[in-house]
Amino acid sequence: MATYIIRRLFWLIPVLLVVSGVTFTLMHMAPGGPWDRDPSARQVDPNTQRMLNDYYGLDKPLWRQYMAYVIGDTNSKGEFICGVVCGNLGPSYRMRGLTVQQILFKPPSGKTIWESRFGYSMRLGFMALSFAILVGLPVGIISALKQNTVFDYVSLLIATIGVSVPNFVIAIIFIVIFSSWLHWVPIVPRSWADTTAWLMPGLILGFGTLSRIARLTRASMLEVMRQDYVRTARAKGLAERLVIVRHMLRNSLIPVVTVLGPALAFLVTGSFIIEQMFGFPGMGRQYVTAISQRDYSMIMGTTLFFAILVALANLTVDIVYVFLDPRIRLND
Amino acid sequence: MANILTVEGLETQFKTQDGTVHAVNGVSFVLKEGETLGIVGESGCGKSVTMMSMMRLIPMPPGKVVAGLALFQGRDLLSMSDAEVRSVRGSQITFIFQDPMTSFNPVLTIGRQLAEPAEIHLNMTKKQAYDRAAEMLALVGIPKPKDRLDDFPHQFSGGMRQRAMIAMSLVCTPQILIADEPTTALDVTIQAQIVELVKGLRDKLGMAIIWITHDLGIIAGLADRVGVMYAGYIIEEAAVKDLYREPAHPYTIGLLGSLPRLDETSNRRLTSIDGLPPVLMAKPTYCPFAPRCRYAYERCWKENPALVTIDTNHRTACWIDTKTGRPR
Ligand SMILES: Nc1ncnc2c1ncn2[C@@H]1O[C@H](COP(=O)(O)OP(=O)(O)OP(=O)(O)O)[C@@H](O)[C@H]1O
Ligand SMILES: [Mg+2]
Repeated sequence: MATYIIRRLFWLIPVLLVVSGVTFTLMHMAPGGPWDRDPSARQVDPNTQRMLNDYYGLDKPLWRQYMAYVIGDTNSKGEFICGVVCGNLGPSYRMRGLTVQQILFKPPSGKTIWESRFGYSMRLGFMALSFAILVGLPVGIISALKQNTVFDYVSLLIATIGVSVPNFVIAIIFIVIFSSWLHWVPIVPRSWADTTAWLMPGLILGFGTLSRIARLTRASMLEVMRQDYVRTARAKGLAERLVIVRHMLRNSLIPVVTVLGPALAFLVTGSFIIEQMFGFPGMGRQYVTAISQRDYSMIMGTTLFFAILVALANLTVDIVYVFLDPRIRLND
Repeated sequence: MANILTVEGLETQFKTQDGTVHAVNGVSFVLKEGETLGIVGESGCGKSVTMMSMMRLIPMPPGKVVAGLALFQGRDLLSMSDAEVRSVRGSQITFIFQDPMTSFNPVLTIGRQLAEPAEIHLNMTKKQAYDRAAEMLALVGIPKPKDRLDDFPHQFSGGMRQRAMIAMSLVCTPQILIADEPTTALDVTIQAQIVELVKGLRDKLGMAIIWITHDLGIIAGLADRVGVMYAGYIIEEAAVKDLYREPAHPYTIGLLGSLPRLDETSNRRLTSIDGLPPVLMAKPTYCPFAPRCRYAYERCWKENPALVTIDTNHRTACWIDTKTGRPR
């Protein structure tokens, strides 16, 4: 298993190369650049622009810029600056004096990492994921056990909405209901120190994943209920509770675990929109801002980070799989 | 010998989208202590549903036992409480199923699954129950049983899984063992081993057996009595020798005709029964076998014959005396 994990981690290298290459190409194909401003801002005179391009190496050919980003290059003073391979994500183009690492991971002074942009996003993502699992699983299980009852129909309807309606639409509906009509929560919270402020973005972000989990759990439970070994368990005289808990649950979780990897990717992309909508101080919003500002190093750094996150999530899923299903062996 | 199980007028239906499936249409039989009863019939004739209905194991809905009694030691399994019927299942009446691969839970160890009946019915601790499980595995001839308890079902071969299934059914020393086509999924040499194993265990433990199969060949060497099922009815029932020597129902004759015989001298062609079993969407008002029967005459198309005694311990449901070829 250790060999397997190490091999999978090595596989990350080509994956990240492809991800960074594609992102790099697309980013440079997009019109505009970091120094093009919106009409409201002051113009940079061509001289300064040339100096900036020179400083950041933007006047070099693209392949060289890419190599510089990944491996490193000599700067104008002739010193070698190591790139991503040394863990250096480079300086941000738009937030002067800050490196990408600092923007993503550095908390305000005197705070823990959980107060950084990364920390905020992780907490929101964790909240959404736990909400999705803690509600999605039981709802799916109960729906299957009470198939064709009102509970089943209602939850199936809601879950179908949850998987088919994009989360920004869900967000608007939630805001209209809970903020405008019921006045339970403010539309844009004053402070994120207040945990209740997290509820809306957390719930909305988790809602799609919750729906996926609920539907899949239901389907997989219904499948398991028909299996011969469940009949065997009943024929042994086991009480219904034991049949469900011991013989049905674990088997029905196996396919559900598979979606948890993609679900995390889904949470990540969902976070771009939801963080933006709620003005949430996380990585997702920073990412959207970076894209609109053509902050090249920020875009690259955040994309790579998300890619690693999703890859690690999938690896975790594969490992959890082994514990759930004894038939699966990870071949080293 | 006393009757240990008496089933009377058992009727089971399934409500499906296309209508009601009349899977079992009034099945009656008795099982004596220590006796082996074979049940044969084509696929879909209701053999499994009969046994499952009796033990209240059919999925409800869509299934429903609409009529009948199943008296086990004088108590009706169909009307006792859920808890009572659970205490009979897996302890006094146990099952082995057709496919030993799918009948074990793939994520639990063999030991865990074999220990369950001992824990719930014999109130054993986990330790005692696992010991009991190992003892049973030894009984069915699995080498180094203690070491195999932690194996998962996929680590057993097909034949071993079926042995383990038998071991599981014997944990609480049942009075009745219901074997639902236990050898169908196995290859021929293993089939023979399993049959021999069950025979030996029966002689040792003295339980009664209901053995369901398509295979009249297996029944011949195993059963005391045979019931032949067709379209949810038992259409013939006799002591095993009588059935092979003098089959009375045209369907049974057809089944035996399609059976190759080892002592065959001439090159007789194997016959099979033409036509398909009926669709059970309505309870038949005439003999369900009439469409495939070469003896069928007017009456067969008007009335469904009941099971009548034609000889000591020989009953059949047919309007024709197949010996003479004339109506009874
Ligand atoms: N859950 C169900 N829903 C609807 N119909 C069912 C259900 N279970 C069984 N049946 C029907 O009941 C009839 C009898 O089925 P049963 O399984 O008893 O046949 P069988 O004699 O055991 O056949 P086989 O030899 O293939 O096991 C079949 O026509 C089948 O379609
Ligand atoms: Mg069957």
